[in-house]
Amino acid sequence: MEHFAPVRRTKDGQPVRYLVVDDSVFARKNLARIIEAFGGQMAGEAADGLTAISEYSRVNPDIVLMDITMPQMEGIEAAEKIMQQHPEARVVMVSSVGYQENIVAALQRGARHFVQKPVKAEVLYEVIKYVLGEDGTVANAAGAGAGS
Amino acid sequence: MRMELIQPFINAADAVLGQGLKTPTSIGNLSMEQEAYLRKGIAALVWVTGDIEGRIIFDMDSETAVRIANRFLETEPPESNELVREAVCEMANQVTGNAIATLNDEGFHFRIHPPTTLTAEQGSKGTEDTEALVLCFETCMGSVFMNIALRYNVAKIQRRDGQTTANVIDGCANPAPATAVQSVAATAGNKSK
Repeated sequence: MEHFAPVRRTKDGQPVRYLVVDDSVFARKNLARIIEAFGGQMAGEAADGLTAISEYSRVNPDIVLMDITMPQMEGIEAAEKIMQQHPEARVVMVSSVGYQENIVAALQRGARHFVQKPVKAEVLYEVIKYVLGEDGTVANAAGAGAGS
Repeated sequence: MRMELIQPFINAADAVLGQGLKTPTSIGNLSMEQEAYLRKGIAALVWVTGDIEGRIIFDMDSETAVRIANRFLETEPPESNELVREAVCEMANQVTGNAIATLNDEGFHFRIHPPTTLTAEQGSKGTEDTEALVLCFETCMGSVFMNIALRYNVAKIQRRDGQTTANVIDGCANPAPATAVQSVAATAGNKSK
């Protein structure tokens, strides 16, 4: 895994907290590994959209990484419901089913971005910085903050 | 099966395996199977429904599956058997998802179902329109078999578009070669690295 300058929360300099939603344990573990490389922290995980909604309220993450194809409730519907309850939520869809129709549907329901699987860490890194905007800060090598 | 259905899966498998393993892959044996599917090792099944229906199976021996799972996660063995099975399922999901995305952008509409681990030793015998194409991808971690059985859901396409089947199918994709097997074999040769 390549090294990335840690991305921190601007308000308190703490690691960015992620909720990872994917029905695949393997995919969640893979994303956790990437999040760690970004200097982030796993706030929670869920294996379906329904659980994701309750987990969001429980852990209040900075970013949600959400798969689409899942049992019980799919990711686009879950993203919509999270956005209805928490308009400030930042949901990034992470799915292999990256056709235009799906991407548009996800964005229309409030997702901030779409990342195609297999996830390229450098792509997700740029998306995370973009989605955080001024609420995220990239720490330099010496540990001092630098604007994203 | 027609070439336009198969090529996106070949491209997607090549891309997913290549990125995950960080080495090029090549296509080895290729065959059409009409007999019942026989599981080789750890296998993941993905169903697709919609304009195109059928299933895709990813299959590999357990040693290959462990090596691939560890390479994808950049970990050392031993990983749990459950995680290895999950890795095969996720790989099948990514390949199918990427292929479906390509076909969807060409005008086909369908749904991909969550992958499941295939535990049965044997599948049902193929029928004339669901005969399976079996591709063997040679990787640095071992052989990965992709078994594809897909067919057009003609009735669904006609209902949706109100067109004749021939118009719909021919209008949605590139002209198909005379026989799927010959064209796929030619493609496999071109894809080999």
